[in-house]
Amino acid sequence: MTDLSNPGQLPRVLVVDDEPAIRRFLHTALADDQFTLVQAENGHAALAAAVTAKPDVILLDLGLPDLDGVEVINRIRQWSQVPIIVLSVRDREADKVRALDAGADDYLTKPFGVGELLARIRVMLRRTMQQVPEPVIHIDALEIDLAKRLVRLHGETVALTPTEYELLRLLATNAGKVLTHRQMLKQIWGVGYLEQPHVLRVNISNLRHKIESDASRPRYILTESGVGYRFRDM
Amino acid sequence: MNHPTEQQRPSPEAMLKLAEMETQQQRRGRLTIFLGYAAGVGKTYAMLETARQLRDDGHDVVAAYVESHGRAETDALLNGLEVLPRLSCPHQGVDLEELDLDVTLARKPALALVDELAHSNAPGCRHEKRWQDIEELLATGIDVFTTVNVQHFESASDIVQQITGVPVRETVPDSLLDQAAEVMLVDIPPESLLQRLRQGKVYVPQQAALAAKQFFRPGNLIALRELSLRRTATRVDNEMRDYMASHAIAGPWPVAERLLVCASGSPYSEHLIRATKRLADELKAQWYTVYVETPRLAREQQENRQRVWRDLRLAESLGAEVATITSSSVPQAIIDYAVRHNVTRLVVGKPTKSRWQELLRPPIVDQLIRLSGAIQIQVVSFKQVTSPARGHAQLANILGRWSDYLISLALAAATTVFSFLAHTHISPINLVMVYLLAVVLAAVRFGQRPAILTALFGVLAFDFCFIPPRWSFTVADTEYLFTFLGLFTVGVVISTLVAKGKMRAEALRERELQTESLYYLSRDLAVAIDMASILAVVLKNIGEVLGAHLAVLIPDPADQQMRIAAISKGLVLDAKETAVADWAFRNRRPAGSGTETLGSAGLLYLPLATVNHALGVLGVQMSNAADYFSPHHRRLLDAFVAQVALAMERVHLADQAEQAQVLQARESLERALLNSISHDLRTPLVTIIGALSSLREESLHLPTDKQQELLRCAWDEAERLNRFVGNLLDMTRLEAGEMHINREPCDVQDLIGTALTILDRKLEGRDVSVQLAEDLPLVNMDMVLMTQVLVNLLDNGLKYAPADSPLAIAARIEGNHLLLEVLDRGPGVNEQDLQRMFEKFYRLPVPEGVSGTGLGLSICKGIVEAHCGTISAKNRSGGGLSVRCRLPLHL
Repeated sequence: MTDLSNPGQLPRVLVVDDEPAIRRFLHTALADDQFTLVQAENGHAALAAAVTAKPDVILLDLGLPDLDGVEVINRIRQWSQVPIIVLSVRDREADKVRALDAGADDYLTKPFGVGELLARIRVMLRRTMQQVPEPVIHIDALEIDLAKRLVRLHGETVALTPTEYELLRLLATNAGKVLTHRQMLKQIWGVGYLEQPHVLRVNISNLRHKIESDASRPRYILTESGVGYRFRDM
Repeated sequence: MNHPTEQQRPSPEAMLKLAEMETQQQRRGRLTIFLGYAAGVGKTYAMLETARQLRDDGHDVVAAYVESHGRAETDALLNGLEVLPRLSCPHQGVDLEELDLDVTLARKPALALVDELAHSNAPGCRHEKRWQDIEELLATGIDVFTTVNVQHFESASDIVQQITGVPVRETVPDSLLDQAAEVMLVDIPPESLLQRLRQGKVYVPQQAALAAKQFFRPGNLIALRELSLRRTATRVDNEMRDYMASHAIAGPWPVAERLLVCASGSPYSEHLIRATKRLADELKAQWYTVYVETPRLAREQQENRQRVWRDLRLAESLGAEVATITSSSVPQAIIDYAVRHNVTRLVVGKPTKSRWQELLRPPIVDQLIRLSGAIQIQVVSFKQVTSPARGHAQLANILGRWSDYLISLALAAATTVFSFLAHTHISPINLVMVYLLAVVLAAVRFGQRPAILTALFGVLAFDFCFIPPRWSFTVADTEYLFTFLGLFTVGVVISTLVAKGKMRAEALRERELQTESLYYLSRDLAVAIDMASILAVVLKNIGEVLGAHLAVLIPDPADQQMRIAAISKGLVLDAKETAVADWAFRNRRPAGSGTETLGSAGLLYLPLATVNHALGVLGVQMSNAADYFSPHHRRLLDAFVAQVALAMERVHLADQAEQAQVLQARESLERALLNSISHDLRTPLVTIIGALSSLREESLHLPTDKQQELLRCAWDEAERLNRFVGNLLDMTRLEAGEMHINREPCDVQDLIGTALTILDRKLEGRDVSVQLAEDLPLVNMDMVLMTQVLVNLLDNGLKYAPADSPLAIAARIEGNHLLLEVLDRGPGVNEQDLQRMFEKFYRLPVPEGVSGTGLGLSICKGIVEAHCGTISAKNRSGGGLSVRCRLPLHL
């Protein structure tokens, strides 16, 4: 992890949750020698801590006693691009999508394993550290040359339509991060296509047939059911 | 601390009983009768005075109908009382004013004043009589004050007529007097009354002035006064007895007597019935009135049948138990009935026939006395009433149609002509046979009397034409006199036998028809399983038997309004008819045509009620108006109605039982839920807490691999608990209808891929094949929920099928549906469980080590059905289970 953190200073994680038990558990799980932990038990405390503690990652529970979690995201996003990972209870896809559309970077469904949480935090930290994207992305047998707009599978060039290429580029440059349907539709097709999710699905399906060895068990483009897609982290 | 009041307080049970009694009394209003012996004694005045006092005490009193007859004192008392508007009934060009029952019912006062209990309402009013209006007011809990003169009571009306010579037309049942909560005797000496009459203070209608003159004679008034005093005294006596009985005071109690009187439709039976009523009152006895219907009644004139019917109604209104029996022998039937009912005394009228009539046909009294055994016979005598019109009618009735006699004579004449033609070949003695043939023919065809006429005419013709010396009535050979006597006697005997046989056959046929129709009805009703089939049976069977149009009305459970449930073709019921049906239903009494209540209605309405429930009303429209009054039809109808009501109650109870069963099933489901929750929540917690506590106990010094093992157990169980809670939440959301279906066009391959990704770890090492049809379109569905369906189905496959067996997912288009199929090679499922496995908390007998919540499949079912799809399972050939979801493509 040495390449991720600034020398002599551990990354700061702000934990926002109203449940003392969960804060205690996160404190135990995270605050050893890897991170410095800051805690807040409600929305207003979170907003204050975001300013004063300057965290590198925020873990935000959506169900807060004073403010709606989405509202907290909105206010933070007005002045900061700090990565936010949303922690939400199971099966409220609509809430997740709202949070992601408001500017959250990822989400985790409670209950979750510590291993998974650490992996997500690392992805976020890496993304903030790495300012300039690599010109060529390698994942297993897939190679995406962003400079040359070329995609190779097992060394052989894959013929993609311009839209498919744009989709793949968007997903790959955000590898590990969830992209909502709306975010993708807006970026690739523009706001006029926000209510036409089938366009996205057909293109994803086509893209998968071209780059996945078994489209029924995708390895690169993963579906986040009811939320969007995520490119596999390397 | 000592609580002295504690002991004086009545027990809770006593209080409850008291409260119950009070509510019961509230349910029915109290009737107070102001009883007088003649007009002008001051009944209305007394009533108003009492009412004013009550109003001053704060009671809600209204004058629903008070007739002041323009008397100033009465008017003055009316002042300040709330007077309700009257109902105006136009009748033959005159507006008659009546009590407005509906207005009074709507006003619902605590106490209503209704004058003149015995008044007959104008045609078109709901009830024929005012006392019926008052009954209805009482039934709705309104107290009523009313006035009446003693001569208007049924049992007294004939005595009064005997005393005064003025017929009493308006009568009320004696039961009203018995029911009345209080009877206030309003009494002034006859001299004072006469004085008031002279002063013009007594209202006498113009047209009845003459009758009034005859009526208001000192002798009459004294007799009437005595009657009213005696009635009141009897009542007080009764109250005394009741009091003694209820307070367990022993006294000389009369032996329980039971009286029986017969209705015959004769002019005397009305007197007989009233006399019996008086006797029964004196003896405090129960009494019965029977009518024995002989086959002859069928031929009797309509008038007589109606008279019998009226007698029976009268007896009923006087408090008798009424029955109609069919039998060919009147005395035997009466005695049988009396013995069956433990009757102690038979009341019969004194025979009015002359001596020679009695010789021909012994009076019923004699026959009864012979048969009576231990039963006493009381003979009552009356003054002769001559009724020329009735006598004539009776004569015509006895004699039958004159044409029958004419034809009988013609038959005898024809026989004579034939005999004349044949007499050269046949000896005169044998010609007698030809005449006998004619007599038999006449008996078979026309009955007894025409046959006797034929025999008589035959004898004369035979003598005149064939017996020497011919062409004269003289008989040379006296031996022929025996021939004549023989011919005549044989003729009479044969004709009597034939006529009797015919009558019996007719009676039998009628009874057989009744039995048959009842049998068919009950047979059809027995197999009717629901209300609709019962109604169909009613319309078909009863309609056919009576040749009537029918309607069945049933109250709507929502608003208790009567709705037509079934109706014969061509019959239309308007709002007025429905109102009559409604009345019959609410009061559980027959109403409409042929009854005294709302008699102007087009149909007769009979309540379909059992002891416990009123279920509806049967409306009957007879094809012949006279049938409404026919005892035969009414008896048949009563039997039908009882059968139908029983059948309806049976269906009603069956419905209730079914509902109870559903309720029970739900309860057992809830029990299963509780069991399941307590079991499924606790079990994982046992492992988690156990494992964690071992790890926490530092003194144990567990080796690292043991610690890891414990942690893995705790982790697995925590995941299981999480799954269960998730399922439970999903189920709750599905049941509460909160599972929001968010339809989006979805790629089926993506759906399957997502499900497989979720189960990635569990599916390791499994052979899972995916068979996707080419060119599957995007399908509108909720991706998240459908993913869960697939995950649950695959999970089941993983759980139940052996670890190395293959799984398969197939998707294709069938018609307008997407077919998603998950197939395994497990043990399959018993045929009877294929349906039930989708039920909540239904768990299949599972292999060792498989844990389930019993919710997975029911959640799948809920989700698929929320997509308007279906889910089903069947066993695969070659072993294993296939679960199919069919989802509509377009919606």
